[in-house]
Amino acid sequence: MQSSNRRFDRRDFLRGAGAAGALAITGCATTAAPPAKVGRVIVIGGGYGGATAAKYLRMWSEGAIEVFMIEMNRSFVSCPLSNLVLGGSRKIEDLTVGYAGLREYGVQVINDEVTKVNVDKKTVELKKIQDLAYDRLIVSPGVDFMFDQVGALKDPKARERVLHAWKAGPETVALRQQLEAMRDGGVYVLAIPRAPYRCPPGPYERACQVAHYFKQSKPKSKVIILDANEDVTSKAGLFKAQWNGQYKGLIEYRNNSEVKDVNLATLSAVLDVGADVKADVLNVLPPMRAGDIAQQAGLVTANNRWCGVDWLSMESVARPGIHVLGDATLSAPAMPKSGHMANQHAKVAAAAIVELMNGRTPSPAPMMANTCYSFVDDRNVVHVASVHAYDPKDKTMKTVPGSGGLSTAASELEGAYANAWAKNIWHDMLG
Amino acid sequence: MRLVQILALALAFVAASAAGQDRHQGRNLAAQCANCHGTNGHSQGGIPGLAGQAQAGMIAQMNAFKSGQRSGPAATVMHQIAKGYTDEQIALMAAFFAAQKPAK
Repeated sequence: MQSSNRRFDRRDFLRGAGAAGALAITGCATTAAPPAKVGRVIVIGGGYGGATAAKYLRMWSEGAIEVFMIEMNRSFVSCPLSNLVLGGSRKIEDLTVGYAGLREYGVQVINDEVTKVNVDKKTVELKKIQDLAYDRLIVSPGVDFMFDQVGALKDPKARERVLHAWKAGPETVALRQQLEAMRDGGVYVLAIPRAPYRCPPGPYERACQVAHYFKQSKPKSKVIILDANEDVTSKAGLFKAQWNGQYKGLIEYRNNSEVKDVNLATLSAVLDVGADVKADVLNVLPPMRAGDIAQQAGLVTANNRWCGVDWLSMESVARPGIHVLGDATLSAPAMPKSGHMANQHAKVAAAAIVELMNGRTPSPAPMMANTCYSFVDDRNVVHVASVHAYDPKDKTMKTVPGSGGLSTAASELEGAYANAWAKNIWHDMLG
Repeated sequence: MRLVQILALALAFVAASAAGQDRHQGRNLAAQCANCHGTNGHSQGGIPGLAGQAQAGMIAQMNAFKSGQRSGPAATVMHQIAKGYTDEQIALMAAFFAAQKPAK
């Protein structure tokens, strides 16, 4: 007999979660009889990919699929728009949304971290609570960083000083604080790794934002971009127009400048070729790969970095029954690693999983679209858009000829649309 | 009803029947629009909602974006997006949105 003092906690709830009735109560209260459960999907990651997948699985299965979403952060913090915190026109709180909306769709939001996927047993191990079983698994882990490719950044202590702030949250705020503390006349150095990396236009947007802040508050200061790539990897003409326009004299762009190490004594970026570049604030984006849990689960299939997927369902080519979304995927041609794209991956996956778990086949012709907005200052924005269609011959997504494109120029109108995009996509993914 | 409207609705009907094999094609296509236009076309503001819009009207709008006829303020990105979709896909999306309850 259980003691009446014993607290009913999450462990009890989840032990009973096999019973169809338990979670039906938390589903959408639309129809009288909740549909029979067809199984459970666990989603690893509550970002642009994972949260969208969780919501759409609940919506499109009409509550028949039980969804557990495991996210280590208490709230969602958007990486898109986070450069505005560096520029000074937003606070991190403006980009933070809770998970209450997903719970209203009947998603079990679990604030924990997956330490291991047992592919044969179809269970996940977590840090805080006991193992959970799944029928299908979605892994949307974002990226992790290859610090060993930037010498001294192997040491976690070094990384407390030389930030990446390429996962939004406390590090974004810390980088802003470094910029605020910097003397007027100081130098901000931003190192960009070779593509592919999370968010192609993101670093160039960041350079604009820091320059915007400097122009207003520390006008003698400089931004130096050390880009490992041949050229600006996204919206090149549009960004350069800003650097030669409102930020003339503030931003120096160097291509083919790969940062291989950092010298902490002098706070310098050490290049593969050429002299060290000294900084007052050094911001290094290391080379990236799929989030660690993808590696552990055996999902990484390309270059030891990215996860190959079947684009009809986002199912891993290496592990049947496990789907991968977002930045962690081996991108299709001209497909950016963006939050918008992860949201689109999630919808293809959700649609396919609902069909598969009901003994049917996924749609043979998925489509995906992307729109990436970049803020060149506090209110002017440029975009890049693309539309991708499934090619059954090459079994990949390809851009539709004649579609997609760039802004003609930065505008406040696009700034208004960018803000609307944020409001709409955060609601679309988080309810 | 104008001929172009009759043809548009006929096309949508044919497309919808053919999509019986892919029973959720309209819904899945329309879901791509939610990032900007809101889940099921219910916008949170700043970008027009699509829920409950008349099917023929939406098809006409998308065709105008595709052909470059609709320019001016709104055509910052929609002309680039619309060109990514076939007439059949646009008809399916328009049918889906037309069937949604408009925002209050």
